[in-house]
Amino acid sequence: MFKFIFDSDTWQEIYGGIRKNKTRTIITIIGVLWGIFLLVVLLGAARGMENNFKKAFGDFATNSLVVWTNRTDKPFKGFQKGRRIQLKTRDVEVLKEEFKGRLKYIVPRCQTSSLIINGFKSGDFQVSGDYPVLDKVQKKNLIYGRFLNKNDINNKAKVVVIEEEIYKQLFEKNEYPINQYLIINNVNYKLVGVYKSGAIDFDGDTAYIPFTTFQQVYNRGNSIDWMMITADEGVDIEQFELDIQLTLKNLHKVDPEDNKAFGGINLAVQIGKFTGFLTGMQFLTWFVGIATLIAGVFAIGNILLITVKERTKEIGIRRALGATPREIRQQVILESVFLTTIAGMLGIVFGGLVLYIIDSAFGSGPDPTLLNPTVNIPIVLIAFTILIVLGTSIGLIPAYMATMIKPIEALREE
Amino acid sequence: MIRIEGLHKSYPIGKDSLHVLKGLDLHIKEGEFVSIMGSSGSGKSTLLNIVGLLDEHDVGNYYLNGQLIEKLNEKKAAVLRNKFLGFVFQSFNLISYKTAVENVALPLYYKGVGRKERLKTALEYLEKVELGPWAEHLPNELSGGQKQRVAIARALVTVPKVILADEPTGALDSTTTDSVMDLLKGINDEGMTVFVITHEEEVAEQTDRIVRLKDGVIISDELTESGKAKAKQYV
Repeated sequence: MFKFIFDSDTWQEIYGGIRKNKTRTIITIIGVLWGIFLLVVLLGAARGMENNFKKAFGDFATNSLVVWTNRTDKPFKGFQKGRRIQLKTRDVEVLKEEFKGRLKYIVPRCQTSSLIINGFKSGDFQVSGDYPVLDKVQKKNLIYGRFLNKNDINNKAKVVVIEEEIYKQLFEKNEYPINQYLIINNVNYKLVGVYKSGAIDFDGDTAYIPFTTFQQVYNRGNSIDWMMITADEGVDIEQFELDIQLTLKNLHKVDPEDNKAFGGINLAVQIGKFTGFLTGMQFLTWFVGIATLIAGVFAIGNILLITVKERTKEIGIRRALGATPREIRQQVILESVFLTTIAGMLGIVFGGLVLYIIDSAFGSGPDPTLLNPTVNIPIVLIAFTILIVLGTSIGLIPAYMATMIKPIEALREE
Repeated sequence: MIRIEGLHKSYPIGKDSLHVLKGLDLHIKEGEFVSIMGSSGSGKSTLLNIVGLLDEHDVGNYYLNGQLIEKLNEKKAAVLRNKFLGFVFQSFNLISYKTAVENVALPLYYKGVGRKERLKTALEYLEKVELGPWAEHLPNELSGGQKQRVAIARALVTVPKVILADEPTGALDSTTTDSVMDLLKGINDEGMTVFVITHEEEVAEQTDRIVRLKDGVIISDELTESGKAKAKQYV
């Protein structure tokens, strides 16, 4: 068999057969080419979306949840319904203690809007009181300087970290901002860092000052606006959220059945939904791609079958001249495999080219639709192997038909 | 070379069967130039197909080169055809997308001869039928007589024991008929057994022995003038 494949005469025969039928060869090749082309492009596009998604959430600890408060919906222990719930710093301490081992980070947060002034330039921005741990939950990509640290918290330091957009509005282009002073709400703050927010960010363009400073300057006492909580690896995040809410309800004397008092977003659940969608899309891609591929291979089988009928006489002549059924069969199968292989390679090359073009057109810039749309080499090889296997199997049918032709019938004069 | 004893062959047609060959006895020795004569439906093509191992007989014995032919599978038949038999057909049966020399070389391909040697041998045989200059032409660029000469070269190229020619002149005019018959005669003179099927009296007369077939039985088997002359020569 291997001698047969590597024999130049074999290929000479196949080349002869293919050259004779240029049109059908081209049409056949296009069928399969289209299939594998679609598969490659779809997989690449799906990958691009996934990459984009991963990048958007890349700065986030994805097993996080956000908790905030509303008014109660049910009367409880003598309290009327419609009572405003206020989170306190004590809640943070209790949660830290109660959920030891399950809770990784907890970030109490306070926010307000203030006028920020730098010399003659000013603007209204969100000001947020935060702990350095925020950087762990929602990574701050710093352009200049540093993020808040422990000393800032302990000393109630008047320091601020601003977003790139604020920097652009308050400073000259390329001006070095570190150690300059900004006036926020009539208080001077030393600028220690500039960061760039990611595609998905809860805060937007925010100026961060130490949590303790915020509490003092804005007279918040020990009140908290909301908090972000990150669970440890392997924790059932939905149960975790329920437990946290239950603890908070208990602390604030809220009916455990009251679903309005505390609000929240479970990031992990949201991401899970989207990941599910991506998986579904990938499955669809494979399904459509393989189905198209199979259709293409069937076209090859069909055309070879027609060819075998067309070439009945030729096969008869070959048989009369001493070709064994095995030799006839091998030739037909090899023709099928050869056609699918060539078509497959062309399809992969064209698919790759299109992905390259998509990448150049939509893959770059500040907010790409598809980030780095690529297809894994192993996946391409798998598709290619499937193609060759299909090509061989489908070639078996016309090959069998070819050997069924009796030379005497093929040579019968019209 | 070819020995047939009590050969029967019938084809099923619906529920009935058509009895085509009804007990033939025929012995063709090596080097003979024999023609089978008969009108259409006399069974001569069936006989050729059986002799050519393209079809199987029902009853009787068939010896090719002393070997009893029975229960051949397709593969064995293909090998024997390639080894012992050379075919010449009425409609030439050249492969249209192969040049003359490639057509002649094809049986050697199935014999397992290397490409270079194959083409060299094929060219030699093409020159033998005086078609050397047409070696690279496709069949549709050749005349009927030339095509048949290519076919004869193809039949000869494996140096078979027997040349089987089925109406080799059926599609040719009288001039080319003569040149093809001269070619077959020349091959026979070199010692090859030639077995021709024809319904043309003039063609049959150029062979050495005429076997007449009618309704599946041999009605006469006699030597022609040239056959008698040859026979005398050897006696």
